[in-house]
Amino acid sequence: MSDDAVSPEEVRHVAELARVDLADEEVDRFTGQFADILEYFETLDEVPAVDRDADLANVMRPDEERTSLDSEDALRNAPETEDGYFKGPNVS
Amino acid sequence: MSEDIFITEERIEGADDGPLAGRTVAVKDNISTEGVRTTCGSKMLAEYVPPYDATVVERLKDAGATIVGKANMDEFGMGTTTETSHFGATDNPAAPGHVPGGSSGGSAAAVAAGEADLALGSDTGGSVRCPAAFCGVVGIKPTYGLVSRYGLVAYGNSLEQIGPFGETVADAAELLDVIAGSDERDATTREAPLEAGETYVDAATGDVDGLSIGVPTELLEGADEGVVETFWDAIADLEDRGAEYHEVSLPSVEHAVEAYYVIAMSEASSNLARFDGVRYGQSGGYDGNWNETFAKAREEGFGDEVKRRILLGTYALSAGYHDKYYKKAQDARAWVKQDFDEALDGADVLASPTMPVPPFELGESLDDPLQLYLADANTVPVNLADLPAISVPAGETDGLPVGLQLIGPAFGERRLIRAASALA
Repeated sequence: MSDDAVSPEEVRHVAELARVDLADEEVDRFTGQFADILEYFETLDEVPAVDRDADLANVMRPDEERTSLDSEDALRNAPETEDGYFKGPNVS
Repeated sequence: MSEDIFITEERIEGADDGPLAGRTVAVKDNISTEGVRTTCGSKMLAEYVPPYDATVVERLKDAGATIVGKANMDEFGMGTTTETSHFGATDNPAAPGHVPGGSSGGSAAAVAAGEADLALGSDTGGSVRCPAAFCGVVGIKPTYGLVSRYGLVAYGNSLEQIGPFGETVADAAELLDVIAGSDERDATTREAPLEAGETYVDAATGDVDGLSIGVPTELLEGADEGVVETFWDAIADLEDRGAEYHEVSLPSVEHAVEAYYVIAMSEASSNLARFDGVRYGQSGGYDGNWNETFAKAREEGFGDEVKRRILLGTYALSAGYHDKYYKKAQDARAWVKQDFDEALDGADVLASPTMPVPPFELGESLDDPLQLYLADANTVPVNLADLPAISVPAGETDGLPVGLQLIGPAFGERRLIRAASALA
């Protein structure tokens, strides 16, 4: 890697941003693999700037009330619920 | 099932009659089936039972098809071998001891083994075409926007399409007829551009007289010798039937793999943020604050390859790196599109080996992720360019199946079906 060598600390930082806990052994393995993969991604530097003239049209629909899942169905896969709501961990 | 083709074997009966009455279909396990668990090959969703059907599943049922099971796959579609599945690897029915390709390996294997007449997979960077090639069956990656993604669990949503498998091109085309067309639940879809009375399956005439085939030289470089030989034999076969070929150059595809992986990983890091163990999936418990419990749920629920892609995607989008990786990858994507447009101005279709290598042996390729990414060199450019492509059996090398890929202009599926049906 040129000036962006991947360190174990960087892998831990990104894992924290992505909300994925990693075991120490995973951090070691990913550090080596990420260095290889990111070095390969560096070749994107050779890509010229290109006009991106996508010929696309927005697809709109009227903003009308429609049927949706009822809450019982929506809650069925939740590990825990309370009073008809999803139960999540503490926010702070 | 000795080959470990299905994650869940359960029959879902369709309507009494319709164009697919009496036909059996395997459905990749990232396509939602109401009341039948849909795991995405992940421990995260091992118990997840969708409360609704994907649009394509509704259309299968309306067409009278019988769904026979939910097919094995690389976890969340991330892999080229189906070995990253939490539920174990699938053996290749056409080449026992070898991988069936991925990520839709179970779908292709189901058709190759005769466990289903037809199958649905999804293709983000080759995940229909690779297993079709490795299992010796036909697979179609439709133009972006031809098939609804409603109910497909998202991985790289600007790249992926649901696509059909069959033993023959006509079989796959018949399934495409059922699933294609606009859907108000997926705003990126449009109606299939067919004339009145026209279908995809009736394009499977095998008529290639006068067909002009462009062969991008970059997609032959570095490919296995036996694969290249089998490829040219198939081209010669098409020439015998009146087609002609010429070589073309697509300089941009030299950067397609890195552009694809930056974009797909970036999208994955965002799409998979929804798996926090609260509304569905592996729970991280209720001790500590939400960042801690989410991180615990995701550590336990995701396998290696999924973690790798989420982390690299998060990295590529993070402050200070966005312009270097993501923005340059979007430039490369636009360049690839331009290159394909120009090459298709001078040819009816483009042809390449679907995969530059024959199927790997089971367990052979798991340790080096980068080497495995490079095996996608011939399939990912098509997703970057939003184009349709088909993989059709071209023959064998040392007893292992080789696939021929044909690439067409946007919404040119009929042209691909006509050309490919000359071979299978």
